[in-house]
Amino acid sequence: MKFGVIRFPGTCDDVDAQLAAARVGEAELLWHGDRDLKGVDAVVVPGGFSYGDYLRAGAIARFAPVMESVIEFANEGGLVLGICNGFQILCEAGLLPGALLDNESLKFVFRQVQMDVVDRNTPFTRNCPPTLSLPVKHMSGRYYSPEPVQVVLRYAADHNPNGSQDDIAGVVNIAGNVFGLMPHPEHAVDPLTGSEDGLTIFESIRAAVDERVRVA
Amino acid sequence: MRARVLIRPKAGILDPQGQAVERALPALGFSGVSAVHVGRLVELDVDDATQLPSMCERLLANPLVEDYEIIENA
Amino acid sequence: MSAGAQPKHRELGLTDHEYDLIVAGLGREPGDVELAMLSLMWSEHCAYKHSKKLLTRLPTEGEHVLVGPGENAGAVDVGDGLAIAFKVESHNHPSAVEPFQGAATGVGGILRDVFAVGARPIAVLDSLRFGEPATSQRSRYLLEHAVAGIGHYGNSIGVPTIGGEIYFEPSYEQNCLINAMAVGLAPHERLTSAAAAGVGNVVVLFGALTGRDGIGGASVLASAELGEGDEAKRPTVQIGDPFTEKKLMECSLELLDRGLLAALQDLGAAGLTSSASEMASKGRVGLDIDVGRVPLREADMEPFEIMVSESQERMLCVVEPGRVPEVLSVCEKWEVPATAIGEVTETHSFRIFNDGELVGELPVPLLVDDCPLYDLEPEPPTVPLYVGGEQQVATDADPATILRALLASPNIASRRVVFEQYDPIVQSRTVRRPEQADAAVLALPVLSAATGVGGAPIPAIAVSIDGNGRRVAVDPRAGAAEVVYECAANLACVGAEPLGLTNCLNFGNPEKPHVAWQLSEAVDGLAQACRDLDVPVVGGNVSLYNESPDGPILPTPVIGMVGKLPDARRAGQIGFANPGDRIALIGEFNPSRDGSEVAKLHGSAPAGALPAKDVSAIRVAHARVREGVRAKDFASAHDIAEGGIAVAVAECCIAGGVGAVIRLPEGLDPFGEDLGTAFIVSGATEALDGLPIIGAVGGHALIITDLLEIPISEVSAVHAGGLSALLS
Repeated sequence: MKFGVIRFPGTCDDVDAQLAAARVGEAELLWHGDRDLKGVDAVVVPGGFSYGDYLRAGAIARFAPVMESVIEFANEGGLVLGICNGFQILCEAGLLPGALLDNESLKFVFRQVQMDVVDRNTPFTRNCPPTLSLPVKHMSGRYYSPEPVQVVLRYAADHNPNGSQDDIAGVVNIAGNVFGLMPHPEHAVDPLTGSEDGLTIFESIRAAVDERVRVA
Repeated sequence: MRARVLIRPKAGILDPQGQAVERALPALGFSGVSAVHVGRLVELDVDDATQLPSMCERLLANPLVEDYEIIENA
Repeated sequence: MSAGAQPKHRELGLTDHEYDLIVAGLGREPGDVELAMLSLMWSEHCAYKHSKKLLTRLPTEGEHVLVGPGENAGAVDVGDGLAIAFKVESHNHPSAVEPFQGAATGVGGILRDVFAVGARPIAVLDSLRFGEPATSQRSRYLLEHAVAGIGHYGNSIGVPTIGGEIYFEPSYEQNCLINAMAVGLAPHERLTSAAAAGVGNVVVLFGALTGRDGIGGASVLASAELGEGDEAKRPTVQIGDPFTEKKLMECSLELLDRGLLAALQDLGAAGLTSSASEMASKGRVGLDIDVGRVPLREADMEPFEIMVSESQERMLCVVEPGRVPEVLSVCEKWEVPATAIGEVTETHSFRIFNDGELVGELPVPLLVDDCPLYDLEPEPPTVPLYVGGEQQVATDADPATILRALLASPNIASRRVVFEQYDPIVQSRTVRRPEQADAAVLALPVLSAATGVGGAPIPAIAVSIDGNGRRVAVDPRAGAAEVVYECAANLACVGAEPLGLTNCLNFGNPEKPHVAWQLSEAVDGLAQACRDLDVPVVGGNVSLYNESPDGPILPTPVIGMVGKLPDARRAGQIGFANPGDRIALIGEFNPSRDGSEVAKLHGSAPAGALPAKDVSAIRVAHARVREGVRAKDFASAHDIAEGGIAVAVAECCIAGGVGAVIRLPEGLDPFGEDLGTAFIVSGATEALDGLPIIGAVGGHALIITDLLEIPISEVSAVHAGGLSALLS
């Protein structure tokens, strides 16, 4: 099973995501300028500061050639995981509802936070425990949506680092194949450097892909 | 033609930058200040002003959370 | 020239004597472009006129040294064919004028120094010093904006900020200190020199466009004391762009990986002038540069402006003519503007053209080597240089009150409110995050499911940055040595052995005999401690003229040290881990009050004497801690630093979320200080066999028998709130 991790100019956590994904399958980097998704089974839009977060985080990256293919892939039911800046890009691209606004504190926040997995019926969370401990590190993580959304992850009480509405940490689209979250699962895959909870998200994706392949 | 686009946070959405500025001004001795909002300004030369609304909708603003105002011949 | 106007050279900061040397060296008067270039290259900041001779006293050789002082960054061998390059640099004067951009561009500059030698930056650390936050709004402003600037740059470029220190003293009110350190990783083969080579090779400028940033900036500011009218210097502040530097960094590393470059150099203070002339000097060649080919951001820039612009995020490389198209194509892929602007020549001359017309010609040695070096005239001060502050705690206050006051004091309280603004984990190497251990720890191999399988050790490096002003003011020689011992002690606490260090010397005006004395003594102390611990200096920086009308800053050497530990899984931590573990005190600990934080709270000026050090006892103690941590005998290890043993034990309780019961050895001062010599370790009884036991982990309070008893919840709250309560 192969993950494709997108790299834009300014992306920082691409290699981290690739290393995390490589623990459960194969993983390769996909250049922003190239429309070819190389037959990957799942796409990861990683964290960082694509295009310097200029104008708005994700506003410019969403128009990259590779994103046309990602949108098509998603529309056909392909699994897409957006982490932090990736979440921002997916919202800007319209693949997910809502928007990520500046943290209420107006400061960048790095913190290890607890969250509840409120929907374990998604391809991204089927193998997750009921709660996850993951690091957040962002300037603009305050999720906002005027319409109802499918919430997948919610910060535990007193753990909301950015003021997001309803303590939302991650959402999935109606079809359930596109998932965006502000916390970083790729930075929670090795006890040496943090918790291992993040690995369960990559394992979930792998299990979902394996099942589809079997069904097909 | 020189155009100016003012981008503002939509009313009703928490604007912590606006609030921070509103708190800071009295501390500097300015009173009677309220309803502060902080947005963005984009200035550009355009050949075809009819393209401006579309530019705003697609890139310059996020219509979900921002309002924009186009000023032509700025 | 109208009556009363200064000659141009004096306006540019050159003395009459220096000007005469220039005329003699050239055999004629210099033109404007030449004068501008010389005034910067001969400034204190670029030429180290008052410190170069002194720095030759520092030991620079060691078995692990791959690159010593003189290149963009020093480097040490860490085994497995890998090198760690690192350096610390100051950006004090620009930060006092504009703290966000000053601190940001300080980080940007030191990162460029590291990837200029071919190392991928894997960490940033920062040492910051400001005036008192409780009483100075300006100092709070500088702190908040400097921290925001460091976070902005480091986070955006994807390099983790893994450590640092922050100190507050009235002495830094007018002269804040912003010292930024970067650490990079490279396979040995990719380490690159800046020496330009190959007559006929092409000089390519790549990175951001050149504008009027910082013209007359860093160098001029750093060669004069800040006084009236520094608002007027604001237009010359450099603006940093981490997104551009991220692309520049990836581009540079790819160019090196593909073997396309003969030499690489970054542009920093004095821009193209210093970058190009230093490349030529190291390579013993000449350069022809045409400023007309430099891509500009501002219209109508004059040749001298282009030569001295300090626009950020630019690099210079030397390329064989046949490989230039490939270089340009790599730059294009990374969206980095790149232009051939000159070539390497056989002469030893630096010629500047403007669209083919010669506008300046200088012998390279005149620019780089012939600047006069001055001898300091050190004299010990005859009057006290520093005063005490307000008394915050009565001298007869009870120990519990004193401990609470120390834990809440801005120099000791938790820095969480600051380091939560930094990303410490990007690049997936961070094994110890801020506040978990006394030094940051980064795994060396790329971690995968296969790493460390079967218990195979995972090699790692440890990094710490430490400085001191107050104690160095008491005794510059002993105080500077103590900084080195303390930094090494921090490394020992995680199980690391030092490999090398970089230093930043922040001092006042060296032309004043008492400051010259501080500097000279401090360098001697630093040198001695390096020899004592076998840690060579691989590079560093000097920042002088940090003075206000009130006098010089506290003499403040800052040390960045890199060490290695064999297994990341056995890295030490601060917090007590297991109720029931015993607590031991390791080292010959001789605390006293002079120069201590408790003395500061009592209102004392930094004066008196520092405790004498037994160097062989220090070596034994450091080795014992290192060994115990590596063997996993010690569940925790923490050096005793500011605040003395009571604060050290409190910090172990806070980090571990657990109490302790301690009985101090008879007569031991709970708040006296003796940095770099002693440690608090904890572990199972058998593991601590033979060590002086002073207590045990357990309970919900910190109890120092016959002295104090405070619930851990209170200790933690006081520590957590001390600094954060002062910031918005």
